[in-house]
Parts: sequence; C-alpha cells; structure tokens
Amino acid sequence: MKIHNTTGGKVFDAANYLFLTLVGIITLLPFIYVFAGSFANEAEITRRAFFVWPEQFTLGSYEYIFSTPAFIKALVTTVVVTVVGTVVQLILTVTMAYPLAKRNLRGRRLILSLVVFAMVFSGGMIPTFLLVKDLGLLNSYWALILPAAINPFSLIIIKNFFQELPAELEESAKMDGATEVGILWRILLPLSKPVLATFALFYAVGIWNDFMSPLLYLSDNSKWTLQMYLRQVTASSDLLGTGNVDPNYIPPEQGIKFAVIVVATLPILIFYPFLQKHFAKGMLIGSVKG
Amino acid sequence: MSAPVIDSKAAERKQPAAPAPRARATFPVHFAHYKWLYLLLLPGVVYFAVFRYGPMYGVSIAFKDYVPFLGVNGSPWVGFQQFRDFFSDPDFGRLLGNTLILAFLNLGIAFPLTIVLALLLNEVRLSILKRTVQTLVYIPHFLSWTIVASLSFLLFALDFGPLFLFINSVLGTHIDFLSDPAWFRPLIVLQDIWKNTGWGTIIFLAALSTVDQDQYEAAIIDGAGRFRRVWHITLPGIRSTIIVMLILAIGQMLNTGFEQIYLMTNALNRSVADVFDTYVYFVGITQGAYSYSTAVGLFKSLVGLVLIFGTNALAKRFNQSGLF
Repeated sequence: MKIHNTTGGKVFDAANYLFLTLVGIITLLPFIYVFAGSFANEAEITRRAFFVWPEQFTLGSYEYIFSTPAFIKALVTTVVVTVVGTVVQLILTVTMAYPLAKRNLRGRRLILSLVVFAMVFSGGMIPTFLLVKDLGLLNSYWALILPAAINPFSLIIIKNFFQELPAELEESAKMDGATEVGILWRILLPLSKPVLATFALFYAVGIWNDFMSPLLYLSDNSKWTLQMYLRQVTASSDLLGTGNVDPNYIPPEQGIKFAVIVVATLPILIFYPFLQKHFAKGMLIGSVKG
Repeated sequence: MSAPVIDSKAAERKQPAAPAPRARATFPVHFAHYKWLYLLLLPGVVYFAVFRYGPMYGVSIAFKDYVPFLGVNGSPWVGFQQFRDFFSDPDFGRLLGNTLILAFLNLGIAFPLTIVLALLLNEVRLSILKRTVQTLVYIPHFLSWTIVASLSFLLFALDFGPLFLFINSVLGTHIDFLSDPAWFRPLIVLQDIWKNTGWGTIIFLAALSTVDQDQYEAAIIDGAGRFRRVWHITLPGIRSTIIVMLILAIGQMLNTGFEQIYLMTNALNRSVADVFDTYVYFVGITQGAYSYSTAVGLFKSLVGLVLIFGTNALAKRFNQSGLF
C-alpha cells in the first residue's frame, strides 16, 4: 500500500524511528555495561561511572569464578536440574494429555475439570511447603522438579493439539494393528515435534530461572542453584536482612558479580532466537482464540 | 505467560459431534478395553492428586493451630481465629495498601506504556527497524528476576553504580535508591517496564494487524492526518483487545510477583515492600507461623479467585457481544 506522506508525517516518522532506536538501545545498555564490566579490573569498575568497553581487558573475574567450587557446583546443578526437569515435565504432560484427548474415555471430563480448577486455585506457598517437607523432599533436587511437574495450562494446550490431529491417522494405524501406546509413540509424537520443542524451551527457561523453589526448599547452601548463588553474590549483605543468606559470607569484588551475571544470562541469550520465535507464537495461541 | 482466558471447552465445541454412542459398555469392560490409556493417565493423575490437591487439603491448617509433630490432621481446630488475628493486625492494612498501590502503579503506568509502544511500532514501515527493535525489547522477558534484581543492584550501587551517579548528579542529591523506602516503588515499576513492556506489545501488535486497511485509505482520501487516523481508526480497532487485557490485568492485580518483590526487599524498606506473597513467606517460612500465614495466603487466593472469575466473565462478554 502506497501512502502519500505529508511533511508532518515525515517528521513524525523520523522522531518515531529515533525514539524506538533509543528504546532498543536503552533496553540493551545494562547488558553491555555488565558484559564490559566482567572483562574489566576492579579499579576501572569503581573509577569509571559507565563504560561499554574496558580500557584494560582482563579475564580475572572469570578465572576467579571458574576456580570457585561453589560456583561450579551451582552451575552444574542448575544444568542437570534443568535438563532432568524438562524431560520429566515433557513426559508427564504428554502421557497425561494423550488419554485426555480421547473423547470417549470415561472419567475424562471429571479429570479435565479438576485440572482446570487447579489452574485457578492452588493450596498456596505454605501448604505446598509442608507437603514437600512431609514427603522428605526438603534439600532434595526433586523438590525443584516435582511440585510443578505438570503445568495445567500447557497440558490443556497439548491435549487440544492432539485432538485436532486428523482422526484418520490413528484409525489407519489401528487397522494395521498398532496399540494405543504405539500410536502415541510412532505417529503422534513425530507429528508434535515442533509443539513439544516449544514446550521444552518453555519448561527449560522456567526451571533455569526459578528462584522461588530453591529459596523455599533448599536451605542447605551447598546445594544451591545458580540463581541462589547469583543472589548471594550480587546483593550487598548489609541490605539483605531477609534471611537465607550465609552469615559468614564475605561479599566479593564487583567484577565477580558482573561475571556471574553474564554466565547466568548467557544460556538464555544463546537460545533467545528460538525462544523469540516459539514463545511469541505460543503466547498468541494461549491468549487470542481465533 | 499472560493470563489466559479460561475456556477449555472451546476446542471441544469446534469439533464435530462424536459418533452416536453404541450400547454403553459396563465400566470394567470399558476399563479393560482402554487399560493402556488409563495406565498412561495414571502418573498425571497421581501428580495432580499429590502436588495440586494435596496442598488444597493442607489449606485446612488455616482453620487450625498447626503443630508440626501433630501434623495437618492431628492439630486442633480453631475456626476463624487466624483470620480474625490477621484482620485485626495493623499489618493487614499496610499489606493491602502496599499491594494495591503497586497494582495500580502497574495498571496506570506500565499498561498504557505497552499500548503506546505497540502503536509506535505499528507506525514503523521500515520492517528491518521494526524487527530489530522488537528483538531487543523482548529479551528481558526471558531473564529471571534474580538477574533483573542483580542488574539493579549494580546499576544503582551506592557511590559507583552508573544510574546512582547519574540520577543523583541530576537531582543534586545523595540518595541510596536501593535502601530508601521512597524509591522502592519507582524501582519496582521501572523493573516491570524494562522486563515486560516489550513482550506485552505482542498481543496488541497482533490485534493491530487485524485492523481493516481499507479504512486507512478511505481516511487518507478524506484528508485525515497520522494522528487522526490513529485516534479514529487504530485505537477503536483494538479497543476490545485493550479492554480485555485491562480486565485480565485487574484479575491478576493481587499477584504482585513474589520473586521480584522478595529480591528487592531489605531491612530498610520493609514498611513499603511487604505485600501478601512476601509476607506469607516471612511469617510462614522464616518465623514458622504456618497456620497464620496459610490463612493470609488463603485470604489472598480467595480474593484473587473472585477477581479472576469476575473479570474472566466480564472479558468474555466484552469479547463476544462487542458492547463497544
């Protein structure tokens, strides 16, 4: 569509483009500062108010954190919990979604309404904490995975996705003698790969970023995840006063904080191109029903 | 993720009706026939029973005086005592005030900014610029609150943080933004804007793309300028989306976000920082007042539930009948 542009329109366009470019840059500036700071030495960080390029390039902060056992442990723990948690969530969600997609299965309606109710009402923080405690899962990594193992919202979306696949696929497989489990494994799952990849990303980001579960369930600081470690490193200790921080802890130099933030952010940035594509789509599936 | 309009039946309604039911088999026959499906269903059902409905049963301690070694069942009933204690506590008014102020700041500042950003992006005809800006402003959505809080701690760090130095030199002051209670709310709103404004535009941009293009051409022929077109065509075109999103945001307004508030709370700003979610944590987990904090959480959940159902019904009405 070609629109004749007036002078006022051109001025507006120029101002708008400039403004949006600034918005984009301002969004990015904190990262650039932290990234640059992670390669600068302590003196430079305290001396220069703001910089996007270190005068003296040093890997000192990274050498320090990667020789700190507590940091390595937190990093490895977080990677393992994220991978295992994502797999557990995918398996549990898919195995539950598939039977629920069969409209002639008895009891299905009841289970679905219970799932929907769990979407809008939960027992809350304390009863969930007491349950995890009673199950003996405090200070266990399973406490980071199991309490939120199935997201009711994604369960419903995957169920709907299975329902909308053509029924002929299953019927012809059945005539060839495939079992229900065989149909799920050999026909539905290959067809659902893009959807499942989206949810896998969704789950992985959720677990990687989770701060509340380790805060609630892991009081033993040798078991902390990266987010817990990050908080301990970056919060100035005199300001905390909110519990759950090792009292003997000595806050590190500023450069260390910069480097830990970069390491915690990097995986998200690496996966960001996929995230942007799939999440934007997922958000529209969930919110705007056509 | 955004708040979904809860409508699980929508997908089913679209489907053609199931074939006419055959003679209904007795349940054991049905069960035997579908035993593999029921087996697949089992882990999920166990999960919901234990981790979703277990805590709902545990909510009963809000009406008890929970003693850990007596357990949920063994602890004595006290009726509404915990609720009475909470409502008569001076903390109640403070928590309600803090929660509502944060919610209204969010609705009044972050929400309109999202629409403005979407409108500005929609006016961009240079698609490379539009895509680049979108790519940049979506990033913070994927970062944890721990990272957002850590970035804030560095940017506002006393005596050396770039924003500490910049704002104080503009104002000619020496304010420690991280501990000054007066700056707690502005910081929270700022974090919200940085993290979620960009991502929030997705819904509005999708709505904007459905506005009838012919109307713009007609308006141009009639001599309408840029702003008049936005005012008379674009905004009315996305009005129902704006209303639905606003209503949904109101439904979520008590959910101030535990992680964000907790991470920004410190000993000096507790008076303005405490909201229902973080209060439940401090009183329940760190002080061990399990029954009392469960009652606080239940009160918040119930009010939230009424808000969600009320606003969800409203949203559906606006969406379908198009009152506007």
